[in-house]
Amino acid sequence: MNSSNRSARGALVTLATWILVLVFFFPVLWMFLNGFKPESLASSVNPTFFFKPVTEGYQLAMDRGMAGYLQNSLTAAVTSTIISVLLAIPAAYALSIRRVKNVENSLSFFISTRFMPLAAIVLPLFMIFKTVGLLDNIYVLAVVYGAMNLPVTVWMMRSFLLEVPFEIIEAARVDGAGMFREIVRIVLPLVLPGVAAAALISFIFAWNEYFLALLLTSSAARTTPPFLGSFVDGRGQFLAVLSAAATIAALPVIIAGWVAQKQLVRGLSMGAIK
Amino acid sequence: MTTTTTKPTELEDVPAATATDKRRVQRKELWRNRGLLLPAVIFLILLTQIPFLTTIGFSLTKWNLLYPNDRAFAGFDNYTSALTSGDLWPSIVATVLITAFSVVLALLFGLLFAMLLDRKFRGRALARTLMITPFLIMPAAAALIWKYSMFDTNIGMLNWLFRTLHLPVVSWSTEHPMMTVVIVLTWQFTPFMMLILLAGLQGQDKGILEAAQVDGAGAWRTFTWITLPHLRMYIEIGVLLGSVIILQVFDPIAILTKGTGGTKTLAYLLYERAFIGLDVGQAAAYGVVTVILTIIVATIALKSVFKVFMAGGSR
Repeated sequence: MNSSNRSARGALVTLATWILVLVFFFPVLWMFLNGFKPESLASSVNPTFFFKPVTEGYQLAMDRGMAGYLQNSLTAAVTSTIISVLLAIPAAYALSIRRVKNVENSLSFFISTRFMPLAAIVLPLFMIFKTVGLLDNIYVLAVVYGAMNLPVTVWMMRSFLLEVPFEIIEAARVDGAGMFREIVRIVLPLVLPGVAAAALISFIFAWNEYFLALLLTSSAARTTPPFLGSFVDGRGQFLAVLSAAATIAALPVIIAGWVAQKQLVRGLSMGAIK
Repeated sequence: MTTTTTKPTELEDVPAATATDKRRVQRKELWRNRGLLLPAVIFLILLTQIPFLTTIGFSLTKWNLLYPNDRAFAGFDNYTSALTSGDLWPSIVATVLITAFSVVLALLFGLLFAMLLDRKFRGRALARTLMITPFLIMPAAAALIWKYSMFDTNIGMLNWLFRTLHLPVVSWSTEHPMMTVVIVLTWQFTPFMMLILLAGLQGQDKGILEAAQVDGAGAWRTFTWITLPHLRMYIEIGVLLGSVIILQVFDPIAILTKGTGGTKTLAYLLYERAFIGLDVGQAAAYGVVTVILTIIVATIALKSVFKVFMAGGSR
């Protein structure tokens, strides 16, 4: 095989790759475009690719009170992320650097909770929150999300902590650093990218969560996913406003994921893949 | 376990005069280490383990919120009626089929894209960025976008394409409900598989690949003999994590089919029975079945994968 032949084949594969990638990406692109169309164009039988963009769809989404739902989503995602990171740091530290007895048991405990279906725990939570009047409370939802994300956060953080060279910690101990100092001053700065990545994964899961949000909130604490879900009962033409709303809802996580691409695999695999 | 004991907790720098002193310090140390772990463990026990045990309790109770006073121990009645009423078995089948189809298809597409994007070409970073987007998009938003802008009989792009090609228009969610759900899930999980497999491909020894090429092994042989065995661990992790997540699937069902046409997954069945039918006892039984199913699937996949998790993390 000569080299020009090979490079021609390479160009062909590259072309095929781009076509496949664009086909795959098309629904996202289409959502983005439809959000900027007037409703009549978005809901037309024949698709329009070139048009004068308008913000009518976004206006309508906001008129449906979307800002409030976004606000709730943000509160739930941020609060739950803080909870799971604060609890995960000492736990991951104990499971990597300090080494409690039976590390394996503790790790399997965390992994098995991660695999616990939400369907198996939602009924008692619903009943308890209902009895004590805590349904439709955004901070309660955040606490549940904190528990949902804690196992992933622990595993992920641990995988970062395992990479801290033990000599550094030993040196700190020789200098007489207490445990708290050791964590806050020595270890944390070294694994800050790991903490950020774990926080990001936790934020993504909480922001996108639909099932618990649907069941544990109703109006005051309603988050964005169930709000979007309510479009299903819509009548008439609403593709432009739906696309605009979906774009706003998806954008924070899309951007976060794009920025943190490198850490994404590690988070998704709970730290198993680096 | 392959744990080499560097003994990070060894207290070399503690001036322990006697053996008992040393032991006391060690015990104190041990409790301090446990204290680090305890908040997380207690938090999880309170919010996941206890609720799960309570769910088991509910599942053994006759309890419908419409008749709050008629609440009594029911033994396994909720389970037997779940089996005889003909709701449970189709739901298990739906859950398993949706999971299996979506995981396998996402894995195949993920492998294809991982291979294509592992090559060096202009704009690779952009292509990768675009590719991961379907996984990042809010699942509820993704299902809605597919439902209206892709599958719809009037304004959906798929049917526009069919009309352009003079093919009959398809009413996706009623004619092919299972396929509709699987398409959306595959679309969302392909990037997930791709990312995991891409990490695997990047960890591949390029020298071996070159050696294989020098030895005259064709692309296909190199792929099946070298690349695939190397990817095995990554495929297993992808399948395990993907299966466990998709077994719980709710969002696309609620939005695309509302459980019609054989797509009523366990999560959706539970939702319907508890929050529309108000039958807490029965719904709890479905919750317990979901856990059993997850355990079965996870143990099959986990057996080999757990080693990988552990090997990646011993000091």
